[in-house]
Amino acid sequence: MSSAIKTQDLVYFYRGAEGETPQTVLKGINLEIEEGSFVAVLGHNGSGKSTLAKLMNAVLLPEGGSVYAYGMDTADETLMLEIRRQVGMVFQNPDNQIVSNVVEEDVAFAPENLGIPPEEIRKRVDGALKAVGMYEFRKHAPHLLSGGQKQRIAIAGVLAMLPKCIVFDEPTAMLDPQGRSDVLRIIKKINREQGVTVVLITHHMNETIDADRLIVMSDGAVVMDGAPREVFTHVEELDALGLAVPETTQLLYALNQKGFDLPLSAIAVDECADAICGALNQRALSRRTGNAPKSED
Amino acid sequence: MEPVIRTENLSHVYSAGTPFQLTALNEVNFEAHEGEFLAIIGHTGSGKSTLIQHLNALIKPTSGAVYLDGQDINATKESVRAARFQVGLVFQYPEYQLFEETVYKDIAFGPGNMKLSTAEIDERVREAADFSGLSEELLEKSPFELSGGQKRRAAIAGVIAMRPRVLILDEPMAGLDPGGCREIMANIRRYHREKNATVIMVTHDMSQAARTADRLVVMHKGTIAMTGTPAQVFSRSEALTGMGLDLPDVTKIALRLRERGLDVDPSSYTIQQLRDEILRLKGGEARA
Repeated sequence: MSSAIKTQDLVYFYRGAEGETPQTVLKGINLEIEEGSFVAVLGHNGSGKSTLAKLMNAVLLPEGGSVYAYGMDTADETLMLEIRRQVGMVFQNPDNQIVSNVVEEDVAFAPENLGIPPEEIRKRVDGALKAVGMYEFRKHAPHLLSGGQKQRIAIAGVLAMLPKCIVFDEPTAMLDPQGRSDVLRIIKKINREQGVTVVLITHHMNETIDADRLIVMSDGAVVMDGAPREVFTHVEELDALGLAVPETTQLLYALNQKGFDLPLSAIAVDECADAICGALNQRALSRRTGNAPKSED
Repeated sequence: MEPVIRTENLSHVYSAGTPFQLTALNEVNFEAHEGEFLAIIGHTGSGKSTLIQHLNALIKPTSGAVYLDGQDINATKESVRAARFQVGLVFQYPEYQLFEETVYKDIAFGPGNMKLSTAEIDERVREAADFSGLSEELLEKSPFELSGGQKRRAAIAGVIAMRPRVLILDEPMAGLDPGGCREIMANIRRYHREKNATVIMVTHDMSQAARTADRLVVMHKGTIAMTGTPAQVFSRSEALTGMGLDLPDVTKIALRLRERGLDVDPSSYTIQQLRDEILRLKGGEARA
């Protein structure tokens, strides 16, 4: 497997004012993000997750250790532009990422700066706008769009650079539920259909359900790393980290405390309902026949 | 009993007479009683923000009126001023509005406009900081040295320092992590309880609304489409989803269980409720 992003003993601290001790926010991170994968990074405020994101495409440079984007050392200044071209970033506040008065001009901004020929730009802009479902809005003024729509335009702007990897830093934090689900759907689609490596930084556990891999950060370190369904079963640890466990998992956990034996990995609403139904029906069956519960055959 | 605050046939039209004319509120009759904890829910563009901005006379009705203790708040300059002090409004992302050199001065800005003595202002600043969960040593810092969650709390403290009888918050938890949400929610609850204040919270988070509010007000296309206790509102799940609103996950699970033939209460909205419903079924009892 080849890695999109690789960190080696990565340390980062913010230098405070003179006389203040620097605040270490990343304490030796070793991670490898596989090309083409969808990786979610979860953590509370101050866990270091956004700092980690900004180190992935040389917005910040390591204070210790190294970061490699597609094999390129981010500390090497001569590689910076190439790294930024390969690893795009989408931030939390869509209003801070819009530069033009017309949607399609905004999306064309980055490729124009890369010196790409106009006909190629046209193709990329149209393709990117279609990918985020905003093609019909190409002549609109971005400031009149909703937050979710603006965020989709920001994503199109990054897509038009044809990056291999996109790092999303809490892209849904400022959006309403509709905007949130639209943006998430598009993030998954970009990963599945275009093969773009996705790193999604978030503090909403529900948004990580469909990721290939979930990394949980706390206090500048990786504390859990695995498939979301596996990670979510650690209800008590996640709760102690100040992360909100999905209501489905909380319900299953509460039932297990009362004598059920339900799989905590049933995190989608339907799976959760199925698991509960299954358990109840089996109990009803065993009561009627007077036998111990057995699997249906 | 006369509500603390109510609106009568309140309508608001933006950009009237232009091609962009938009009726944001249409004949809305809203009321909130003393000590009530209300949550206003609704899709983006449903009129939530326009409604709350009328409640302390920030914007004026196109037609209809707003009454505070039975008095039209837009009647005179004095009544507008009184409404601004008694009805505190915390905007979305209020931390963007911090501007003073220190957190202390920022919190003192509101009471400073109320012609109070320095001692009285000091008392209110410290009380508001306490209600908002800000420690003493943060008061002398610049607001810009604070973390995101602390900034949010400082901004809320600035409104609480006016000791509003009606505290209105527009999405107070937006963008905060779960720990930050829990703390701010606990602070708001404490203010509500200890001051017997009326709290009106605009939120997109259905579970949060269900857990905290006595009554929900559902806005849709500039009108109040529904109001009632969380159980009453969530029992009308189809109407809610028809308005593009999400249900709490717990309610969704309850509905799925019913579809599968299990007799659980379809308006369950807390984990404990649904857990108890399921335990009852496990025990083989019928629903009460």
